[in-house]
Amino acid sequence: MREVAIVGVSMIKFGRYPDRDVSQLAAQAGFEALSDAGMTIKNIEALYSGNLYQTSGSGQRILQNLGQTGIPVVNVANACATGSTAFREAYFAVASGAYDVAMAVGSEQMGKQGLLGSRGDPATSLEGRVGSYMMPAVFGMAGMEHARAYGTQQEHFAMASVKNHWHSTNNPLAQYQKESPLDEVMNARVIAYPNTLLMCCPTGDGAAAAILCSMEKARQFTTQPIKVAASVLTSDPWSDRDLSLPDINTLTKNAAKIAYEQAGVGPKDLSQVELHDCFATAELLHYENLGLCGEGEAGKHIASGAPWLGNKIPTKYEEDIAPFVDKTYAPTTTAVVNASGGLLSKGHPLGATGVANIAEVVFHLRGQAGARQVEGSKVAMAHVIGLCSACTIHILTK
Amino acid sequence: MEEGGTRLADQAEVTPELRPLVPYLRLGATRDEDYLFGNRCVCGALYAGPRMYCGKCSSAGPFTEVKLGRDAEVHVFTIIHQATPYVKAPYVAAIVDLPEGVSINSNIEIEPKPENIKFGMKLKMYTEKCSEDREGNSYVAYRYRPA
Repeated sequence: MREVAIVGVSMIKFGRYPDRDVSQLAAQAGFEALSDAGMTIKNIEALYSGNLYQTSGSGQRILQNLGQTGIPVVNVANACATGSTAFREAYFAVASGAYDVAMAVGSEQMGKQGLLGSRGDPATSLEGRVGSYMMPAVFGMAGMEHARAYGTQQEHFAMASVKNHWHSTNNPLAQYQKESPLDEVMNARVIAYPNTLLMCCPTGDGAAAAILCSMEKARQFTTQPIKVAASVLTSDPWSDRDLSLPDINTLTKNAAKIAYEQAGVGPKDLSQVELHDCFATAELLHYENLGLCGEGEAGKHIASGAPWLGNKIPTKYEEDIAPFVDKTYAPTTTAVVNASGGLLSKGHPLGATGVANIAEVVFHLRGQAGARQVEGSKVAMAHVIGLCSACTIHILTK
Repeated sequence: MEEGGTRLADQAEVTPELRPLVPYLRLGATRDEDYLFGNRCVCGALYAGPRMYCGKCSSAGPFTEVKLGRDAEVHVFTIIHQATPYVKAPYVAAIVDLPEGVSINSNIEIEPKPENIKFGMKLKMYTEKCSEDREGNSYVAYRYRPA
């Protein structure tokens, strides 16, 4: 396996595009990534297209927009980890030596359907009759496991929304760029306790793309190649309740352990993390799963200011958060988490998300993230989890 | 008639059935006789309903059927305020642990407020008809209420 670099990325603004079809969104992301790399489609030797709802033919339709060069196309679906899995396949295509240049595109068009629509005959659906299997329920209950084990309060989870919505105000690509103080998050209507509306990511449309190249050829295209230092995919191993409540923790812990070993770094070395905050509860669980703090310390970690841009609580929120600060807690990591605004603000067009996370950290590693720039970012992680269950972790370095 | 086929003429004679909503619920003559069942692998792992292979030890068992009792306790819960269209909200959805050693999803019949539900709270299972399909077949679901 040889070293692989990212030489081009793009992310279109996430939102709603009722007047365009998903292949046009994906093609735009692809075109912009090619421009970023100083390439044309003729440079691309293989295409990996991540799309969940319209998987089949999604990559071929990108080429029908961008240029039908006849290259191999693989269409990828892997729940919310669809885009990052496509990226990983492109990574292996180059790392193996099979191709010198490959492109990964993630795209999705969800419109306003949300995830609440019932599929099949309502008469035989289990949903709402013997529990709930929808994502808001799963991540609500995953948060409640943390509350049960460690006494975590709803406010601790809500702080992830305060932080990420604050971060989003400097991200013009985010679907929403609106701040929400703690009381606004807490007082929003409940979707699935303990998550309120402002603690759930929006659905929407979007696309992102990344171009990977062998490190030896990368400098032909860019002065700032970003190294893929780790690329990991895990599935859910056996754990006691995984079949009733998907265990989002064990497979993330397993992926993090492998990723740190591959990259030869530890949590202390990370400048920033884009992690899968599909719900505010999830963000706190992943602080622990990724080793940003110890077991049971996630609530203290977010209240400490460590994962906030600048590594401190903004002055305007200090008073709201003061009651939750544990002065005996000293954070051991300084990784800024979800500087983009996270899925909570940026949006979560399923197939696009995994590639968009990678584009975001590449912007930072190159020093191109504008007002949300994590100063001096050198080592960055992009984490995605999809149920039931796939986890990808990529560690990228300058 | 070939196996699996249905002639239009036969459809008119079909009597609507009472069916369990989930494959791990077995219906008795009355709702008091309904029960949940599981299958236990030789390795000890217990699964709700039928099972061919074991996800824990990767063997083909053998599996032993276990009749599950009506007792359970709350592992975790959530209160769903935005439900799928045919379900009345808010309601309590939960993961419940059965003393036999398996966890399952369920609704808990209780006023849906966080302060009403405690982790580890003792529950009792009951069953009731929950829906009817276009052919007139009825479906029975299980639920729990505080013991």
